[in-house]
Amino acid sequence: MLLAIDTSAGTTVAVVDRDGAVLAERTEPDTRRHAEVVGVLIRDCLAASGVAPHELSGVAVGVGPGPFTGLRVGIAAGRAFAFGAGTPVLPVVSPDAVAFALARPVVVLGDARRRELYLCAYGEPDAAGIPVRTRGPELVPADAVPEGAAREGAVRVDVVRDVPTAAALGALAARMRAAGRSFAPDRPLYLRSPDVTISPANAGARRVS
Amino acid sequence: MTGPLVLGIETSCDETGIGVVRGRTLLANVIASSMEEHARYGGVVPEVAARAHLEALGPALRSALDEAGVALADLDAIAVTAGPGLAGALMVGIGAAKGLAVATGKPLYGVNHLVGHIGADVLRADGSELELPTIALLVSGGHTSLLHVRDLLADVELLGETIDDAAGEAFDKVARLLGLGYPGGPRIDAAAATGDPDAIRFPRGLTHAKDLDRHRYDFSFSGLKTAVARWVEQRADAGAPVPVADVAAGFREAVVDVLVAKAIAACVDRGVPRLLLGGGVVANARLREVAAERAAAAGVSLRIPPLSLCTDNGAMIAAVGAGLVAAGRPPSGLEFGADSTLPVTTVRS
Ligand SMILES: [Zn+2]
Repeated sequence: MLLAIDTSAGTTVAVVDRDGAVLAERTEPDTRRHAEVVGVLIRDCLAASGVAPHELSGVAVGVGPGPFTGLRVGIAAGRAFAFGAGTPVLPVVSPDAVAFALARPVVVLGDARRRELYLCAYGEPDAAGIPVRTRGPELVPADAVPEGAAREGAVRVDVVRDVPTAAALGALAARMRAAGRSFAPDRPLYLRSPDVTISPANAGARRVS
Repeated sequence: MTGPLVLGIETSCDETGIGVVRGRTLLANVIASSMEEHARYGGVVPEVAARAHLEALGPALRSALDEAGVALADLDAIAVTAGPGLAGALMVGIGAAKGLAVATGKPLYGVNHLVGHIGADVLRADGSELELPTIALLVSGGHTSLLHVRDLLADVELLGETIDDAAGEAFDKVARLLGLGYPGGPRIDAAAATGDPDAIRFPRGLTHAKDLDRHRYDFSFSGLKTAVARWVEQRADAGAPVPVADVAAGFREAVVDVLVAKAIAACVDRGVPRLLLGGGVVANARLREVAAERAAAAGVSLRIPPLSLCTDNGAMIAAVGAGLVAAGRPPSGLEFGADSTLPVTTVRS
């Protein structure tokens, strides 16, 4: 059994069994309440599925890309939960879960702000049903995307509040593990260096009011 | 050794702190600082700090438990800083604390960072009790607050705070304009060592009669920083060399003078003959020296916890958590968020 957590958009948590069947799922679409809800959603998923932390064989964690502040909350919670439960972290590229759920060639786009989108493109899933990423994750100028996406010959999916889902993320992780695939590196996909997010005037800004 | 065994997590600014305490006994105090990463910006960059917290938390957690020689299963509770602080940085600690709490089934306490600075005092090795009530002056790169503490867990009153820059931040900014580098506190201190603190008299913010009505216990360092910048500019425009040592000494004297004067005034006004210092700026030797002199002159007893407990750390958060557990206070639950302006009257989220 796996716990799955993704905060690359809203906050979504699920418990799936070894075959990827969903035992419980809880989602808070609000993209500004990750820190408030992440603990409650984990607790409720465990309670609803009747699974105790020590029964889990891993914690699938979406590593983005996505807005940094929220993304970090899920990764921090997932890592700490895994440590507390004595089970490994299974990092998954978040848009891979979207492609897995759709099971066909897609281009997954998400708002990266600063007039950019992040993009992942996928071809047909492989024999194990696991998405095959052909591009990304990468940042692209927002106005260049329709053309680029069309070239991939794929369906365009914009990441909105309810995708990716933790159910899909957990099911994908279960499938990857069953197929002996390696997981993503355990680090958030920021795709930008931290100083890109600040202006010189902002450096050394007041820290605590 | 008795008392609740509590793990504390602190990520409100640029130090990732994990501490373990049993009651009033310090078992581990692990701190990972991202200070070096901020040096090139001349100040703490929130995004840099938040990224560093996420990477430092796991290793710090493991080494704190190792150092304390305890297992997660032994804990009575987990405590985490809920605010005040940088929102994005706080959220990393809160996310981790909640994940850990749910996995282990341990009660979780969201703790006020400023109360943590006062609570740090209970961990001092000499075991001497903090006498209450006390006035507390907390000075760091993130905050400058003057408090009246009657009961650590139930009655902390905010007397005043900075209305613009924190004192530590003023040190950073002035160090930068003097070309001394980062972090400003120790750099200014070193430069001031050979300077004359009375050579240049810089303004003392919010100390004039007209300000004292509304801002008796508040601080302002932004005008001071501007005054230093203007003084240096005028000097440079005149083609004269800038006496860095004197400027540093004069600036430091102005900051220390205001901090100590207001703190002692609070002791006198409130009839509380005790002053506790906390926060990273306590590392400044001149601040400790002037505070000691003037406290003695005013008949105020001065208390300064060891520096490792004055800078931001997880042990102080654990100490407040242990106090809350011992006092039978209910845990915070899982629903609290990061509050970057959490008032000091809220000891527990
Ligand atoms: Zn502090």
